[in-house]
Amino acid sequence: MRDGVRFLLGNETRELESVDPTLTVLRYLREVERRMGTKEGCAEGDCGACTVVIGEPGPDGMRYKAVNSCIQFVPTLDGKQLLTVEDLAQADGTLHPVQDALCDTHASQCGFCTPGFVMSLYAQSINGEKPARSELKDILAGNLCRCTGYGPILDAGDRMGDRPAPVPADASDTLNAWAGEAVTISGKGRRFHAPASGDELAELYEQYPDALIISGLTDVGLWVTKQHRDLVHLISLGKASDLTTIDVADGHVSIGAGVTIADAHAVLGEHFGDLGELIRRFASLQIRNAATVCGNIANGSPIGDLPPALIALGAELTLRRGSVRRTLPLEDYFIEYGRQDRQVGEFVEAVRVPLLPEGRRFRCYKLTKRFDQDISAVCAAFAFSLKDGTARDVRICYGGMAGTPKRAGAAEAVLEGAEWTEEIIRAAMVALESDYTPMTDMRGSADYRMVSAQNLLLKTYLETTDRKDETRVLETQGGGT
Amino acid sequence: MTSAPATNENIRGAVHTSSIHDSSHKHVAGTAVYIDDIPELPGTLQVYIAMSTRPHARLASLDLAPVRSAPGVACVLSAADVPGINDASPVMGDDPVFAETEVCYVGQSIFAVAAPSIDEARAAAGLAVIEYEDLEAYLTVDEALAAKSFVLPQMKMKLGDAAQALETAPNRHSGRMRIGGQDHFYLEGQVAYAVPGEDADVHVYSSTQHPSEVQHNVAKVLGVPDHAVTVELRRMGGGFGGKESQPALMAAIAALVVRNTGRPAKVRLDRDDDMEMTGKRHDFVIEHDVAYDDDGVIQGIEFMQAARCGMSADLSGAICDRAMFHSDNCYYLQNATITSHRCKTHTVSNTAFRGFGGPQGMVAIERVMDEIALQTGRDPLDVRKANLYGTGDRNVTPYHMTVEDNVAPELIEELETSSNYRARRATIREYNAAGNILKKGIALTPVKFGISFTNTFLNQAGALVHVYKDGSVHLNHGGTEMGQGLFVKVAQVVAQEFQIDIERVKITSTTTAKVPNTSATAASSGSDLNGMAAQAAARTIKERLIQHAIDAHNVPREQIVFLPNRVRIGNEEMSFADLVNEAYMARVSLSATGFYKTPKIHWDPMTGRGRPFYYFAYGAAVSEVIVDTLTGENRVTRVDILHDAGQSLNPAIDLGQIEGGFIQGMGWLTTEELWWNDAGRLMTHAPSTYKIPACSDRPDDFRIAIWDKGRNVEDTIYRSKAIGEPPLMLAISVLSALTDAVASVGGYKLLPDLDAPATPERLLAAISGLKARAAS
Repeated sequence: MRDGVRFLLGNETRELESVDPTLTVLRYLREVERRMGTKEGCAEGDCGACTVVIGEPGPDGMRYKAVNSCIQFVPTLDGKQLLTVEDLAQADGTLHPVQDALCDTHASQCGFCTPGFVMSLYAQSINGEKPARSELKDILAGNLCRCTGYGPILDAGDRMGDRPAPVPADASDTLNAWAGEAVTISGKGRRFHAPASGDELAELYEQYPDALIISGLTDVGLWVTKQHRDLVHLISLGKASDLTTIDVADGHVSIGAGVTIADAHAVLGEHFGDLGELIRRFASLQIRNAATVCGNIANGSPIGDLPPALIALGAELTLRRGSVRRTLPLEDYFIEYGRQDRQVGEFVEAVRVPLLPEGRRFRCYKLTKRFDQDISAVCAAFAFSLKDGTARDVRICYGGMAGTPKRAGAAEAVLEGAEWTEEIIRAAMVALESDYTPMTDMRGSADYRMVSAQNLLLKTYLETTDRKDETRVLETQGGGT
Repeated sequence: MTSAPATNENIRGAVHTSSIHDSSHKHVAGTAVYIDDIPELPGTLQVYIAMSTRPHARLASLDLAPVRSAPGVACVLSAADVPGINDASPVMGDDPVFAETEVCYVGQSIFAVAAPSIDEARAAAGLAVIEYEDLEAYLTVDEALAAKSFVLPQMKMKLGDAAQALETAPNRHSGRMRIGGQDHFYLEGQVAYAVPGEDADVHVYSSTQHPSEVQHNVAKVLGVPDHAVTVELRRMGGGFGGKESQPALMAAIAALVVRNTGRPAKVRLDRDDDMEMTGKRHDFVIEHDVAYDDDGVIQGIEFMQAARCGMSADLSGAICDRAMFHSDNCYYLQNATITSHRCKTHTVSNTAFRGFGGPQGMVAIERVMDEIALQTGRDPLDVRKANLYGTGDRNVTPYHMTVEDNVAPELIEELETSSNYRARRATIREYNAAGNILKKGIALTPVKFGISFTNTFLNQAGALVHVYKDGSVHLNHGGTEMGQGLFVKVAQVVAQEFQIDIERVKITSTTTAKVPNTSATAASSGSDLNGMAAQAAARTIKERLIQHAIDAHNVPREQIVFLPNRVRIGNEEMSFADLVNEAYMARVSLSATGFYKTPKIHWDPMTGRGRPFYYFAYGAAVSEVIVDTLTGENRVTRVDILHDAGQSLNPAIDLGQIEGGFIQGMGWLTTEELWWNDAGRLMTHAPSTYKIPACSDRPDDFRIAIWDKGRNVEDTIYRSKAIGEPPLMLAISVLSALTDAVASVGGYKLLPDLDAPATPERLLAAISGLKARAAS
């Protein structure tokens, strides 16, 4: 295990022997490096003003992704390349084409969000593909602008690829030479470990069960920036490369603990239809690039977007302590608000989702005030089979309706084996009232949650009958009448 | 479209051209300097402001000893440590820097801690022992109205006899709506950096729209003359009204730390503290009682407007006045009585926000239009057109100002055609009749917005222009740059006057040391006022250059012509720089101030009569929406805008203001919901919970045009019109379109109960309510 962390800032090597493991990358850039181009807008990964690009060596060369520097901790940069807005211009001051395009389209007003937009567009530019308008909106969903109304920024994005764009010098040789080694670092009385494999991780966590396991930091980062909690010992999944596998085999999709939501997006979308759209609306690209599927489960949030869908799909969780593994149905992991079935020293190692058998129906929905980058008031998922006009193996799970993601046992019972009719659906809608007693908060009142949850069941019905109506405002194409 | 290249015939950056924002290169390169980017001097202290956790309580005891002895703490300040006056208010003296005996909202500043790092300061602040004795708290407009709790006296405006009209008209309806507030969500939060000088001087870098007021407040708090305080800023990362009065608190506390420690000090609020501590757009309750004839023409109307001002007056007086001034929007009300209540609540003191009360006043009258249309069965556009101000008659406002520049009828007509409104409306009706779960709606709403500060004395501005020997120009004025493009517009004016390329004009930081006694950059007045002041300064210097040329070259005045980057004197041409150098050698002063005050305006609040506005800015928008009747989810699918910018100084900048203003208004009326819990705490205090529009909320089909016939009948800077605020109110068309979509559920017979913001939850409730009412 190596002491200290090592990364590239632009093309320069940085070696830190000691650092506060909870020092955010944003604060490091501004306070230590005095790179002032990267801005703090919210310190919670919701506005994108702090967006930076992280380069990592992969089997096919360097991969670059945009992340929120405000909730990343410096030690997680180990073995990576950090690129900021200062790295884009040529030595002679010539701007990068994405920067030029933003000038030409009058895409900055106050300019405070602009470096973040630059970096989101830059990440896309390096990765090569010229995005369609709809993709561009997804790429920029995590960047808020309060001045422009976004039109000129989208216009600038549309120009991507019009001119050859420089890409960063390939740093894989340097970074590969550093790879594969576990690291540790301390500072300000806090410790950080990044074991290099799942086995090392299991051993370390068994030894230090009071440590906090981190990966994408999209939740834990906020414990520091928002709740100002003192996290004294962190164990990162970030270097355990054997935990980052996605397998499709034996009728299941298996997702390791270190797999980011961005990396799982395509596979889950391919096999589970609606889940792809749900993930498209899961936070923002910057968050999905960092956050893990298993982290969204492990932290036990009642409003995490993935658990309701995965529970409806019948997913299983693998937990590991030392060399001992156990599996349990995902729904059993959530005991009550703030309490999960995870023993001391045990961590979530993987989630396994059974593929949908032929004819199995699956729908999921996310209700929010804003479509993109918002947390659900209600998240709903429905999986069932229709055989001879009757419903079989009905699994319904909602988020936002209880202290945990929770199945709708009463509604399922009404529907199980019943004829698939609007009448029976309406009966199941009534049954939801005995399944849930939702709360009122800033995302929605108890009434709204219940009524909309009921209506989503009706929507599922309408979408699985012969009706040809449009049922989703997001799927209505293009502009107006 | 960037600046056109300079030619023999044209300078770069002339007026009426789309010069790019002067800072755009720096914005995209990350080199634009905001207050928090200024290199910190050695010894700089970071300041944390400790806030009240109670909405209304007596401060029974405040023990700061544990804070003082915490690691790193350099100083701890509370009300007792204020050497001057403990007030950071703009007008009324009711915004204490630190609470004294009572706290009046959750988030109110109680004390401040300075330490080398913000982490130490925040941690130390948590050690304070505060005992509260809770007092009765009014959190809502309704509670304040019931308790007769007001920050300022009630106001009334009266035209004709509304009561009589209500008695006699054939149709009469009344209603009540709530209009939510809005957080500014400037991307750069509130920040001030204060640096000690000689004597008791302090230099404050403040992210503010109102440097002079910050200067005055800092001096007042320190107990020093205004001359001891200099306030400076190059740019803000967004303002929107939120940095008009609010920055005084942060600046005053930073300056107090400087005074107490002799060390530089920075106050930078994080997003959550900013959203809890600082004021927002006022939420309103507006009741109406309207009488109209069978064609839907209003015969008389009474409005009761009640605003939640919060714990102090701040700018609420002028904001509530402006809500009253815009309760007519584009419509002749004939007989109108408008009553305004300025409610005092134990919530944050609400403040300026783009539109400054105008939007709330307008939302109410547009809802009345929708109501009349549903009651009479007419197209809402026809009802709106029937009620528009006339051009020769029917043109007196409820404040007895005659509308002399009414272009609304012409502009609306043009937009109705270009947007294909009628045909689309018919298609939408067919779509909705087909029984779909999704319903569509469409609406055209106009905007007429009064331009001038309604406090007449504020309509003044100053500028300072130096021409250096090499012909380059230093431009300074009292306006502030918050992204709106003021600086480039004023630079265009100066470039135009001297006929030099805009790059020859250096745009410089706003500072109270160069131009004193400025008004806030607010009320959309920035270019109108500062453009004129800078023009005056440039013309003074230009006149001296001309006089010099007449004398030195012995040619008559009419033979001196300023051509692009050169001057023709008789039969000779010389470069502008050469003429300047010649004038310098001849000992001609090449520095001048300029001053401007808006003519014609006056307003008497006692009688409710006058001409508060120099002119009006107009626009109109057609919005189309689609609503999911099962969930309330919705999307704005197409927007057409036609906006009157007069003869635009910079069309690209103005288009940016129109689009940005519209989207910000759309956010206000749809997704941006401020939500307080029962204990009076704002729970939506970060972007995770407070949802401003994101990229994908922008309509896929968005057609914006600046009205090509636009011209200002008044003698404004190059006949342009103010652009900052008016476009925000174009977004009222979204609310009306949502109303139209929901009304389809009730067969277009009933007005949906739809308050703002029209969140999915409110839309679903309106749909359910309408279904129930239609069935009964």
